[in-house]
Amino acid sequence: MREVMTKTMARNVFYGGSLFFIAIFLFLSFNSVGYIKNTSTSTATLTDSVVAGKRVWEANACIDCHTLLGEGAYFAPELGNVMRRWGVQDDPEDAFDMLKGWMEAQPSGIEGRRQMPQFNLSDEQIRNLANFLLWTGTINTQSWPPNDAG
Amino acid sequence: MKYQSQRVAYWYFLAAMAVFSVQVLGGLWAGWIYVNPNFFSEAVPFNIIRMIHTNALIVWLLLGFFGAAYFLVPEESERELQSPLLAYVQLGILLLGTAGVVVTYAFDLFHGNWLLGKEGREFLEQPVWVKLGIVVAALIFLYNITFTVLKGRKTAITNVLLLGLWGLVLLFLFAFYNPGNLSLDKMFWWYVVHLWVEGTWELVMASILAFLLLKLTGVDREIVEKWLYVIVATALFSGILGTGHHYYWIGTPGYWKWIGSIFSSLEVVPFFAMMSFAFIMVWKGKRDHPNKAALLWSLGSATVAFFGAGVWGFLHTLHGVNYYSHGTQITAAHGHLAFYGAYVSVNLAIITYAMPILRGRDPYNQVLNMVSFWLMTGGMAFMTFVLTFAGVIQTHMQRVLGDNFMDVQDGMALFYIMRWGAGLAVVIGAILFIYAQLVPGREVIARDAKQEA
Ligand code: HEC
Ligand code: HEM
Ligand code: HEM
Ligand SMILES: [Fe+2]
Repeated sequence: MREVMTKTMARNVFYGGSLFFIAIFLFLSFNSVGYIKNTSTSTATLTDSVVAGKRVWEANACIDCHTLLGEGAYFAPELGNVMRRWGVQDDPEDAFDMLKGWMEAQPSGIEGRRQMPQFNLSDEQIRNLANFLLWTGTINTQSWPPNDAG
Repeated sequence: MKYQSQRVAYWYFLAAMAVFSVQVLGGLWAGWIYVNPNFFSEAVPFNIIRMIHTNALIVWLLLGFFGAAYFLVPEESERELQSPLLAYVQLGILLLGTAGVVVTYAFDLFHGNWLLGKEGREFLEQPVWVKLGIVVAALIFLYNITFTVLKGRKTAITNVLLLGLWGLVLLFLFAFYNPGNLSLDKMFWWYVVHLWVEGTWELVMASILAFLLLKLTGVDREIVEKWLYVIVATALFSGILGTGHHYYWIGTPGYWKWIGSIFSSLEVVPFFAMMSFAFIMVWKGKRDHPNKAALLWSLGSATVAFFGAGVWGFLHTLHGVNYYSHGTQITAAHGHLAFYGAYVSVNLAIITYAMPILRGRDPYNQVLNMVSFWLMTGGMAFMTFVLTFAGVIQTHMQRVLGDNFMDVQDGMALFYIMRWGAGLAVVIGAILFIYAQLVPGREVIARDAKQEA
């Protein structure tokens, strides 16, 4: 390598090239933020309730058992499309009822089956969570997941 | 030890090994819940254990990096650290934060409190006050290291190390940005997670590896440092736009499918280069360094990183594959081998190299250390194979055939039992490693095996 390139050359290529790629990345990031805000997600339906639901999701660290849009833990079902799987994506009242029923039935206590804890959430929190999951279901994810199983 | 202040590294390494043991025991517990789902499921649910497992991993790797920097920067810069006292203050803050995190998770303290409660985004679950503590500790660290470097001899190794560490800290600031829009949240979450492990941390790894090979093989500094720049150049050229491999399905634009696939495929290059670098330096090397265990860990790290990050990363990085494999056990397989090869092993390499020097002894417990290498590496490799098989089955049944998640998981029980067995080997290896570092035997190595530091 000695003949091909000196250390100083290698260093300059490293600096110059890195700055170049950082610039492209920042440009694309900027563009992606615009795309998210205007095209792939609906900011109009991003209500306070949806945001509050996201906070409930975080305060209980649901992500460390479940995946959401395929990211998180692999212990429990994908939830980005759970409302579609349950057939209630278009009906907020049914979505709330289903989720409430589910949350209150946990843990199942079935021997040898993975357990989801009891979180003792209020109706309001469950409604917010349901709205959050419904909103998540509306994100344009380039048609991922491949099917309702998630 | 050439410089007195290098001594602070000793305490960082001890702390790192303590948290390492918590991490692998947490993994073993999490793995056991997979095998026996009712195991303490009400008192300590799976998510709590998983948070401890992953956060402990990040914390101890960072402690190891800080220790490595405090060890090698004085030697490279040929002067004492700016302030050893500040280095100890920094360690104190980090350990306080670590303890705070564990009790907050375990007892769910201050639930929902914006400052004191856990934050619940994967890997970034730490309460805000701990994140702030990390930033303060990081600033102390950067001050300390930067001034040591600026006032001393400047080498490519410290240069790259410093760039990596500065980048690491700056990117961590995105951990404070948590918008209500899930897609935006995810997009910037990867600024921390991906640009850490496939960007700035690679710089840290490459510079530690370069330092070790320089010491262990005695190859010319010119050659080592030129390799170093080439490696980190390929790392950033591919890794920055490679972030796109996480922007396929989270609401980001479709063009990332192509950019992500192409550039993340190129991420194999720096890992291949690091592996080649390590072996070529050893072949070229004229020095017969007595610390054989450190050499084994260095070569092992570069090799396993190539397989874990490079090969297992490439396996699922093309968007056509990732569409089906995204978020399955294949991801878990890759995550384990990549983290183990690249960052766990490079930390254990520098610890193996530095501990005898920090204690003023000849290399000790080498055989035990090498046994621990093979136990841990064998265990991780087996775990990776098992999870990959499980992941392929899961992908086929769930993603292609559309079978229900829980039913598919039931069919994978045997793999999870084997994963646990592999994990047990890793834990035994880790215990042997820590024992080998902490309890030097009586001087058995002949006097002539002098440490050439
Ligand atoms: C300790 C792990 C764990 C945590 C934490 C957890 N879950 Fe679950 N969750 C599970 C498991 C396991 C299942 C599947 C249970 C079953 O099928 O018996 C499940 C199932 C679900 C389902 C039904 C999915 C379906 O396809 O039918 C929903 C909805 C759900 N969880 C929501 C949540 C929410 C919301 C949170 C956070 C407040 C949460 N979970 C936290 C483990 C967990
Ligand atoms: C040094 C060794 C280890 C490293 C570097 C490591 C790293 C990791 C990482 C990065 C994750 C998150 C994975 C992801 O999000 O894709 C994880 C999760 C996990 N690890 Fe480990 N780990 C180690 C040891 C172990 C051991 C010994 C076990 C025991 C069986 C184990 C079991 C688990 C389990 C069960 C999970 C959760 C996976 C899930 O969500 O389903 N790990 N580990
Ligand atoms: C040492 C370097 C690396 C480490 C430590 C690492 C670690 C990880 C971890 C922990 C995850 C899971 C993240 C989550 O929880 O969602 C992940 C995901 C991923 N990694 Fe890596 N990785 C490394 C390098 C690479 C490389 C070089 C490639 C590509 C060639 C790659 C490709 C991927 C892909 C495609 C995913 C997404 C998986 C999914 O869709 O579920 N990684 N990596
Ligand atoms: Fe990545």
